[in-house]
Order: sequence, then C-alpha cells, then structure tokens
Amino acid sequence: MPEITRDEVAHLADLARIDLSDAELDHLAPQLQVILESVASIQGLAGDDVPATSHPLPLTNVFREDIVTPSLTPEQALSGAPSVEEQRFAVPRILGDEQ
Amino acid sequence: MTTETLVPFDEVLERYDPAMGLEVHVELNTNTKMFCGCPATFGGEPNTQVCPTCLGLPGSMPVVNAKAVESAIRIGLALNGSIAEWCRFARKNYFYPDMPKNFQTSQYDEPIVYDGYLDVEVEGETFRVEIERAHMEEDTGKTTHIGGATGRIHGADYSLVDYNRAGIPLIEIVTRPILGAGEKAPLVAKAYVAALREILLGLGVSDVRMDQGSMRCDVNLSLSPKGSGELGTRTETKNVNSLRSVERAVRFEMSRHAGILDAGEAIFQETRHFHEDTGTTSAGRPKSDADDYRYFPEPDLVPVAPSREWVEELRGTLPEPPAEKRARLQAEWGYSDLEMRDVWAAGAMVLIEETVAAGASAQAARKWWMAELSRAANDRGVELAEVGVTPVQVAEVQKLVDAKTLTDKLARQVFEGLVAGEGTVAEIIDARGLAVVSDDGALGAAVDDAIAAQPAVAEKIRGGNQAAAGALIGAVMKATGGKADAKRVRELILEKLA
Repeated sequence: MPEITRDEVAHLADLARIDLSDAELDHLAPQLQVILESVASIQGLAGDDVPATSHPLPLTNVFREDIVTPSLTPEQALSGAPSVEEQRFAVPRILGDEQ
Repeated sequence: MTTETLVPFDEVLERYDPAMGLEVHVELNTNTKMFCGCPATFGGEPNTQVCPTCLGLPGSMPVVNAKAVESAIRIGLALNGSIAEWCRFARKNYFYPDMPKNFQTSQYDEPIVYDGYLDVEVEGETFRVEIERAHMEEDTGKTTHIGGATGRIHGADYSLVDYNRAGIPLIEIVTRPILGAGEKAPLVAKAYVAALREILLGLGVSDVRMDQGSMRCDVNLSLSPKGSGELGTRTETKNVNSLRSVERAVRFEMSRHAGILDAGEAIFQETRHFHEDTGTTSAGRPKSDADDYRYFPEPDLVPVAPSREWVEELRGTLPEPPAEKRARLQAEWGYSDLEMRDVWAAGAMVLIEETVAAGASAQAARKWWMAELSRAANDRGVELAEVGVTPVQVAEVQKLVDAKTLTDKLARQVFEGLVAGEGTVAEIIDARGLAVVSDDGALGAAVDDAIAAQPAVAEKIRGGNQAAAGALIGAVMKATGGKADAKRVRELILEKLA
C-alpha cells in the first residue's frame, strides 16, 4: 500500500505554491492517504497482461498543417486577467525562479 | 554570499578532469506555434499572438504542428541520431506564471530523437560529442519583473507576462557527458555549439539567433579528481547566449568548482546565472529533482509514430554535412587552409557562399566579409551575419566596383552606410554622392584645371617624367572629392600632356 507522509504533502504544497499551516497539513495528509488507497485498489484490478495505457484511442500522428489561424485580440486575451499593465498579465511577485 | 576562490585554469587541470553536458534549446522557425495556429514570429506587440490553447484556457485542446515534427526528425537525422518509432508528449508540471497552463508540454522518457553524435574539430583535433536525445517541447512566455532595487527577480514587487512566446516550438538537444576534453573543454563546448548552429542553419529549421534567444545553451559542468574516472557534482549554468559566453562559462565554472573542491567543500547542485558583462556566474535555484516535475503522459495528444517511409523521405532532404561542404567550398574557392579556417571562425562561410552565388568572385567576397564587414561587426559587438549587410548587397557593390562605378574606397563608404541602416545600395550611393566621376568630360575639366594650376609639374611630365603625374592626380582626386578612378585620371593626364 503506498503511503504519503506529512513531509511529502508539505513538499507537494511547496511545489504547488500553496501555503499550508501545520494544522492544515495534519488535516490533509491523512485525507490524501485515503485517496491514494482508493486509487491503489483500482491498480489491483489490472493483471500483468494489461499494459499501462495513457491513451485509450488507437490513434497516432494527429497533426495540423503549419498554417496561421487568427489569434485573440489582446483585449480578449486579457479580459479574464485580474490585473493588467502594459498589455501584459500582471502577476504577484514570484518566489523561486524561471524553469 | 561567500567570496569565491577562483583557481587559475592551468592549475585546475593539474588536479581535476572536467566533464561537461550541453543542453541547447532551439526555437523552430515554423509559421505557427507547436500546438496551436498562433503565429510563431518574434517581436509582436505583447499578447497579440495568443489563443485559448496557448493561454491554457479551460476546454482548449492542443494539436501538434506537423512541420515542427518534421523539423525535429530532420534535426535528429542531421545529428546522426535514431528516430523513435513511437513516442509521447508529457506534461512537465510546475507553477510559475511563464506557463499559463501550470505545465509545459514536453517529452520525458520517450524523446523523438536518441543516440546521435556530432564531430567537432578543435585546433586540429576531432572530438566526438555524443548526443543522448533531442525532444520536442514548447517555449514559455516572457516575464518582466517590475520594482525591486535591481529589477532582478529577487525584490521584484510584481511581474508582467507576455505569452506571445508561449507555445513556440522548441527542440532541446542534450549531449551525454563530454569527457576527456581536458584543457580544451571550453573550446570543445564552443565548437560544439558552433557546429550545431551551422547544422541548424543549413537545415533551415531555425533562425538560430543566440542574441535573440532563438538558440540558448545551458552548460552543465563538473570536476572530478584527475584520473579518478568519476563524475562529480554538477552545476547548470543557464541561458548562455553567445558562442563566446559558452567558452567563458565553462572556463569560469571550472575555476570556481576547483576553488570549492580544493577547500575540501562540496559542490552544491544548483542552477547558475551567467553574466555576460563579467564572465562570471551567480547562484540560481537549487536544481529540482525530475520527480518534482511529476511528469506524466500528455492525455490530450496522441502518440507520434513517424513511419519509416517518412523518416527516409526526410533523410533525402538533408543538406550536405557541414564538414564535407567546407572541404568542397574551400576547393571551389581556392582558399588556403588558413584563409578557410579564418572564414569559418568568423562565421563567414555561408555568407561568402551566398555572395558568390549572387555573382561575386570568391576572392572579392572574402575581402569584404573578412575585412570591412568583420571590422564593422566587431565594432558593434554583433555576429557577422547580423552586421546589417546581406550577401546580395555585397555582390551588388562588388559588381559596381568591377564596372568601375565605385572604387574600393567608395565601396567601403557604401558598406558604412549599409551598416548604419541608411537604405539600399543605390540609395546610399545617391544620398552620399558616391558614384565615381567616370564621365571623361567632367574628369577632363578637372584635369585641365589641375594642369593649369601646376604648370611646372605639367612641364616635367611633358618632358617624360611620368612619376610627376602623382601631384596632378592628387589634385584631381581632391577636386572630385575622391570619387574619380585614379587610374583613369592618370591616363587622361598622360594623354593631355603627351
């Protein structure tokens, strides 16, 4: 049975830029454990003869031609942004670094 | 931050063996992005080349650009690699606003290209750089950090994001550890990137402009005790953006690592930022484990399975390999080994090839590119190809020199104008009044004036002293603002005083 530790949950929260308090970690770690166990029971259904499947469709090579299609206008593109400056998305100060 | 002890390069080599790994990102020059039909051109107004797919809006679905896959395969074949019969895209999950989807669509353990190599020559010695893989992915958006004392990321108050670049097709080419280069490690790294750049140029799949970021290099470096055959802990210097910087980054990191290891300390595995101005690196972030990206197969894209027929068809489109091409061109142009090496080092080979194709002689093409234009590029700190003069223009100017419409001296002024962006060749000649005064009537008048002004000199010439003509030629050149063909002036003077 897979186990997820409180430290792993804290690390995942950190990667996801979610700030969790100690109390929240105590609360969430056991819940994630239950979810993992539920998923693990599905894993038990697949026999050794069933390969891991990422795509259920028997398709490959679905391509499009390299032809330009209309983009959104900047107004449309930015319409859902909480904050805009200089026709750009304004986002909070970033912790960490570019990938 | 602690003060770094840098060990002189020669001393580093006495005690350590360097190992390098180079990761090169190449932006493809497709018309459209990797997974949507937005234009992939550089320099548009912010957020004018975006759509629901590259903005990661709910419900949007990516579709792979066939041309990008074709370019990836051609790159793989040109790098002597194998092409996967079947491979998938994967999501690389991370939370940073340069990707609005919160993941980058990339490839993980199933790259489209694997097991290639590139032979590079350094000071007469050939090194085989093995290429582990090349995979397809998409570029990220561009973030600008506002506020903060330095404008750099730390201390920034907020950031502005332009997603025009997000989704532009990228190919990442990754070498295996390059071992045994020793003192030539910095040069091998530079030569590899230069050779790769040339191959990509020949394939026509990318602009490969390092200054504009369409080709970017990350330099992994580690040291191990000399002769140990181990691999030490590495650092990854990001976004090294010129050929010269590749060499400098390797050199600097070798000296820095040696200082840390000499002190008995351990190298901290991290990314480093390269600083073009000082040639040094500074700490970036701790290197994430691949696990932290929680890669998984991209469910929205079906696998890519290039048929062998397609691969062979694309193999047929490959240009002549650069090394063979170089040898052929040298023979055709009649350059010496030294001349060819200089041309090659200056990045002038393709430019000269195109200049010759446009009608100039190989000697004339070499003269302009290697002297006048190399100097101009150097003065401006740009690559020769980016100096602002095209091969066609060089051939055009040379044609005018051959026709005696321009002298070499005037031609240099035309190039000066081209470099300064003053317009076309014809416009510059017109605006600067550069055409040679070849009209014998106008020249004749200037010659008559010169003779009248210096009767004593004229008398000497009449007496058979042709060397004295120099003074009159000088006067005519001065009178015509240097725009006369000195040879023709001399002929006219001698005719008149015969």
